[in-house]
Amino acid sequence: MMIKAYGDTLNDGAVQLSFTLPVASGPKADEAARIYTGKLGFEECEVVHSNPLSDDFTFFVVYGKSATSLDYSKVVVEEVETSMDFYEVNQFIKEKLKRKIVVVGACTGSDAHTVGIDAIMNMKGYDQHYGLERYPEIEAYNLGAQVKNEDLIEYAKKVKADVILISQIVTQKEVHIHNMTNFIELMEAEELRDNIVVCAGGPRVSNKLAMEIGFDAGFGRGSYPEHVASYVVEKLFEKQRK
Amino acid sequence: MESKLGLSADTIERCRSIAKEIVNPVQNYIQRHTTDSVERATLRLLGADLINDNGVPVPNIIVSQLSDKIQYGVAQYYINGLLKLNCEPDELNRKIAGGLDLTELDMVDKKYINEKGQELVETFSQRVKLHRSFRKEKIEKASDAQPSPLLYVIVATGNIYEDVKQAQAAAEQGADIIAVIRTTAQSLLDYVPYGPTTEGFGGTYATQENFRIMRKALDETGEKTGRYIRLVNYASGLCMPEIAAMGALERLDMMLNDSMYGILFRDINMYRTFVDQHFSRMINSFADIVINTGEDNYLTTSDAYEKAYTVTASQLINESFAHESGMPEKLMGLGHAFEMNPNIKNGFLFELAQAQMAREIFPEAPLKYMPPTKYMTGDIFKGYAMNTLFNFIAKATNQGILLLGMLTEAIHTPFMQDRFLAIANAKYVMNNMGDLLSDMEFKTDGIMQKRAQEVLGQTESFLQEINEKGLFDAVERKMFADISRPKNGGKGLQGVYEKAASYWNPIEEYLNGELGIQKGMM
Repeated sequence: MMIKAYGDTLNDGAVQLSFTLPVASGPKADEAARIYTGKLGFEECEVVHSNPLSDDFTFFVVYGKSATSLDYSKVVVEEVETSMDFYEVNQFIKEKLKRKIVVVGACTGSDAHTVGIDAIMNMKGYDQHYGLERYPEIEAYNLGAQVKNEDLIEYAKKVKADVILISQIVTQKEVHIHNMTNFIELMEAEELRDNIVVCAGGPRVSNKLAMEIGFDAGFGRGSYPEHVASYVVEKLFEKQRK
Repeated sequence: MESKLGLSADTIERCRSIAKEIVNPVQNYIQRHTTDSVERATLRLLGADLINDNGVPVPNIIVSQLSDKIQYGVAQYYINGLLKLNCEPDELNRKIAGGLDLTELDMVDKKYINEKGQELVETFSQRVKLHRSFRKEKIEKASDAQPSPLLYVIVATGNIYEDVKQAQAAAEQGADIIAVIRTTAQSLLDYVPYGPTTEGFGGTYATQENFRIMRKALDETGEKTGRYIRLVNYASGLCMPEIAAMGALERLDMMLNDSMYGILFRDINMYRTFVDQHFSRMINSFADIVINTGEDNYLTTSDAYEKAYTVTASQLINESFAHESGMPEKLMGLGHAFEMNPNIKNGFLFELAQAQMAREIFPEAPLKYMPPTKYMTGDIFKGYAMNTLFNFIAKATNQGILLLGMLTEAIHTPFMQDRFLAIANAKYVMNNMGDLLSDMEFKTDGIMQKRAQEVLGQTESFLQEINEKGLFDAVERKMFADISRPKNGGKGLQGVYEKAASYWNPIEEYLNGELGIQKGMM
């Protein structure tokens, strides 16, 4: 089935556009906008509105019709792995886990960079993605940077953590790997490893690397708080059902 | 002023006095302490500037040289340097950046330090007073061309020169206030970067040179359009007082400056924040800089309908802290926001009641009203409609500072045309319903009166509860924004010092005198 944009008649191909050109307002600018829209592939272009934004910029609203059509039967979408968002995570905890969960996070070892753990945990969040502290169903403790693995585990025991998050930014001489390995060994020695979900994060921490060392998951560059939250609540639910 | 909402003047008065009781013990703590950032701000106001080869600012170098003497106030050591080397601040700054250690100099007689201190304070004071009178004159001249509320937009390219283009275009379209949003996480840096900057993430570094560049550009546009264009930055984070100092020196007009935002939303230590906000606000008060408080953040965190009282309570606490810094009401841009879920029936009425309530409780304050963000989606048409309702309330309740909503909020940083459309929307609403406020009454015991009265009642109980626990404990026990901040947790505590009995800070002394600040219980 071939399809086109629909204005008021099937296959009219009518499209509404708005954009700014870096030129002074006036009849010449309007004509430029009309020609430009034509070059974008539209026909019967009509500049219905224009307004100066400053001496050197003008804003336009333009209508045009496009002859381009598309075979809808050939459209394929990839199944993308989606994570829950802020609201869905909280809902999931309320409905499935039926209690608030406790998350402790820190940047461990000598690493003084809190940027990673802050991005995931801080109230304000990062890039418009709220941090775990803002999740009403999560009790989040961000211990900051340069936290010893021993102290982190001690704190996690004190607050009865369900989840521990470790951030590793500095990777010089593979220091992050030694540090992460040491953490897992301590967790096993304390017989806590099976009860607590543990995740690692950092620009050079991949899911594969973290799992090899013995973490449940790893979160690399581009991870947002809701990705971490989605993963841990589902993991906790899975554990709960066992 | 008679309350259109039928709010009880007694209840408002009680709330205000509880807020003062809440602030008192904190103020007592503040008076007895100083911080790295207060000292660095003092140095900047006395003339300290520049960076060394590693990019470390001179004020930071001095404070770390004097790490064991900060309790006495670092100003005297800087001034001693000037006297010993018989030079002016510019030269001393170069020498310190080049490796001079102030602790290696013998101290001259305190009498000379005092004298030189007065001279430097005078230079600072003259500079700021000139800025004040320049601004006042320009605003008076432009009074016809300045609407109420003032229209506030944000630029955020990361490159100060690109910001200039966007800001000038927005000002020509009618924006009265330009905020240059800071790069992500600058608030967590314990130093202020130096020089013009062209790279930032989600915003542009606040540096003194960037302040100068934007100030000059906005003055040009102001001249051209016959208006005065106000410039805003962010006196928040670990360098709160230093940013305030730079703003005073470069004639910024507004500063985001909240007494608790950093504690709750940036995990900055509470003692550090309380001490820093006090000194920042003294500087802002003296420089006639309007502060904008951050109550909108409570509403993006919690539900705006259920937690409306936390906004009013925080406004009262912010007001009380500001009073302690000698700040007049006309400089208190107390914040709130239009953040209720658009699907609530009568949500508009509740928003209107809340905005009118803020207006009535703080009649002299230029309230800062923040647009919808939490429920903005990719549907730009719905977003534009929501912004229209928001603008309507701002005008109907005579808000002072209107941060314009962008129809593309939640999609990308504003395109040039997005700001234009926002300004066009606001201008349309403001003109078309110009005198609605004076022509409008609220129905007695109607939905809006009842709502406002209910929120005020909740505010009083909430303030009482905070007062019983004490503010430090209340913050620790999650009473604000559902977040717990331990007293000794967060960033920056190691930079807080108890003042010695002989602590000396000529800027603080001068500002205390100018602003009529009573020293609290010592």
